[in-house]
Amino acid sequence: MMYLRHPITRRVGEAVLTLVGVSVLTFVLLRVVPGNQITASYGTAAGELSPEQVRSLEAYYGLDKSLPVQYFDWLRGVLTGNLGVSTTSHVSVAQLTGQALPNTIELAVLSILVGLLLGVPLGVLAASRPGKSRDNLTQLSSLLALSVPSFLLATVLASWLANNFGWYPNGEGFRTLVQDPGLNLQQMILPVLVLGISIAPPVLQTTRTAILAIRAEDYVRTARAKGVPERRLQTRHILRNALIPVVTMTGLQFGFLLGGALVAEQIFAIPGIGRQVLLGLTQKEYAVVQSTVLIIATMFVLVNLLTDLVYRVVDPKARVR
Amino acid sequence: MSAATELNNVPDVPIDATRRKRAWLAAFRTPAGIIGVILMLLVLVVALLSLFGLTPYDPAHQNVADSLKAPGSGHLFGTDQFGRDIFSRVSSGLANSLRIAIVSVAAAAIAGTVLGVLGGYYQGVVDRIVGVVTNVLFAFPSLLLALALAATLKRNWLTVSISIAIVYLPIFARVARGPVLTLRTADYVLASTAIGRSRFSTLFEHVLPNMRGILVVQITLSLSWAILTEASLSFLGFGTPPPAASLGGMVYDAQTLSSVAPWMLLFPGIALIVAVIGLNLLGDSLRAALDPRTGSRR
Repeated sequence: MMYLRHPITRRVGEAVLTLVGVSVLTFVLLRVVPGNQITASYGTAAGELSPEQVRSLEAYYGLDKSLPVQYFDWLRGVLTGNLGVSTTSHVSVAQLTGQALPNTIELAVLSILVGLLLGVPLGVLAASRPGKSRDNLTQLSSLLALSVPSFLLATVLASWLANNFGWYPNGEGFRTLVQDPGLNLQQMILPVLVLGISIAPPVLQTTRTAILAIRAEDYVRTARAKGVPERRLQTRHILRNALIPVVTMTGLQFGFLLGGALVAEQIFAIPGIGRQVLLGLTQKEYAVVQSTVLIIATMFVLVNLLTDLVYRVVDPKARVR
Repeated sequence: MSAATELNNVPDVPIDATRRKRAWLAAFRTPAGIIGVILMLLVLVVALLSLFGLTPYDPAHQNVADSLKAPGSGHLFGTDQFGRDIFSRVSSGLANSLRIAIVSVAAAAIAGTVLGVLGGYYQGVVDRIVGVVTNVLFAFPSLLLALALAATLKRNWLTVSISIAIVYLPIFARVARGPVLTLRTADYVLASTAIGRSRFSTLFEHVLPNMRGILVVQITLSLSWAILTEASLSFLGFGTPPPAASLGGMVYDAQTLSSVAPWMLLFPGIALIVAVIGLNLLGDSLRAALDPRTGSRR
C-alpha cells in the first residue's frame, strides 16, 4: 500500500476526486435552472402539451427517474462521448467543441507567449534595482494593467482603431488558422494583446519575487565568491531557477485562458469555447452549457495536474517534499 | 472565563496592540496608501450621492430630447442614447458595484474563513471535506463559474452577489487555512488549551485575532476583483439587470456609439478603473505594512 502515500499518486487521486465533484456541481447547477429539457426544446408550446404527452416526454428524457439515477445516466453518456446535441442547430456538442477548441487553444497559446514576453523581462528589470525608480515604474504599470478590466481595454482598443484608422479585422467573419492564416493572425492580434496584458502582471510579480529570493540564497553567494562571471551568475544561477515558479504560474494562466477567455472571445467574435458557453446561455441551450462547462473544468483540472507534475520534474526540491 | 482570559492576555497584549496599531497606520503613510485612500474617498462620495438621492438627475430618467449630449453645462458627463444623465448613472453604477462587492466579499470572507479555519484547526475528515469543496470550486475559471451561477439564478443584485461570493469563497478558505496550521501549534495556543480552555474558545480568543492582518489584505484585494467580476458579468449581459445602472452594462451600451459619444465609454470606464486601482493600492500597502516579512524591511 506504500504507493498510495506517494505524492504523485495522491495528487492524481485528488484530481480524480475533484473531477467527480466538478461533474456533480455541473449537473446540479443545470438542474436548478428553471424549466427542463421539455420546456427548453418546445418553448412556449410546452404549456399546450397534455399531461400524458408530458409524461411520455419525461420518460423519454429520463426526467421521471430519481436525481441520482439521472446523474449516473448523464455521467455514463458523458464518459462514452455523448455530450448532448444542440437543439437549435442539431449539431452534437462534441462536434461544436471540436470546432471551437482549436481557436481557443490558439488564442491561449499566443496570449501566454505575449504575457511571458512582457512579464519576464519586466520582472527581471524590476528585480535588478529593487526599490529604485525602474522597480517602482514597472510595479506601477503592472498595477495599472491589473486594474483595467479586459473588457474595457478591449472595447477602447477596438473602437479607437476602428474609428480612427478604420482597421478592425474582427468585423469580418472569423477565419481559422487553416482557412486563412494571414487574416486569422490579424484577427488574433487584438484579443492576444488584451489577454497578454492581463497575464503579464502576475508573471512579472512572480519573476521579480523569485529573482529577489534566489539572489539571497547561499549558493549564489558561494558561486559569486568562487568567481563565476556576473553574466553567467545572473542567467545560469539566478534566472534559470527563478523561472521555475514562472512555469507554475504559466500553467495556471493557461488553464484559465482555456475557459476564461470568455470576454475576449465575445468582444472579438472568436468562435471559441468560451463563446460557446455564452451562446448556449443566451439561447437557453442548457445541454450545450452543461457539457461545455464540464469540458472546460476538466481541462482546467488536467492542466493544473500537469503543471504540478512538470514542476516536480523541473524542481528537484519538490520531489523530496 | 474572565480569570483565564486575563491570565492569558496580560503579558503580551499591550505591547502587541501598540505595535499592531503602528503597523496599520504605516499602510496609510506610504504614497501608494495615501493615493489609495484618496481614490476610495472619491469613489465613496460619488457613490453616496446616488444612495441619498442627491444625483443631479434620476439615473433611470429618459429624456430623448437630450440624448447623446456632450459633457458640459447641465450634464457634467453628458448623456446617453436615451438622454439619461451619465454622471447620475456613474454614481448609481458605482453604488451598485460597491454594494455587490461588499455583500459578496463579506459572505465569501465569512463562509470561506469558517471553512478554512475549521479544516486547518480540526484537521482530519473536516479538512478533507473542505479541501474537496475548495478544489472543486477552484476547478472552474472564476468568471465562468460566476457566469454559470448568475445565469441559473433569477437575475437581481443579490443573486449576482451570491454568485460572486461562491467564486471567492475557496480563496478565503485557503488563505485562512494556512496560518491556522502554524498557529495551532504556537506556544500560546498550546498553553491556552493546557490551562483548560476549550479548543473552540481558544480558536476565537487566540487564533482568529492573529489572522486579522491577512484577512484584511485579502478582503481589500477581493473587493477589487469582485467589482471587476460584477462589471464583466454585466458587460456580458448576465449581471445587474437593466434599467439599473451598472458600470459594465454602460460600457457595453457605449460600444456601438463610441464614435459619436465617446463620453459614454470614457466616464464609466474611468470610474471603474479608479475604484479598482484605489482598492488595489490600499490592499498592496496594507499587505506591505502588515506582512511581517516585508514590514521589517521598511
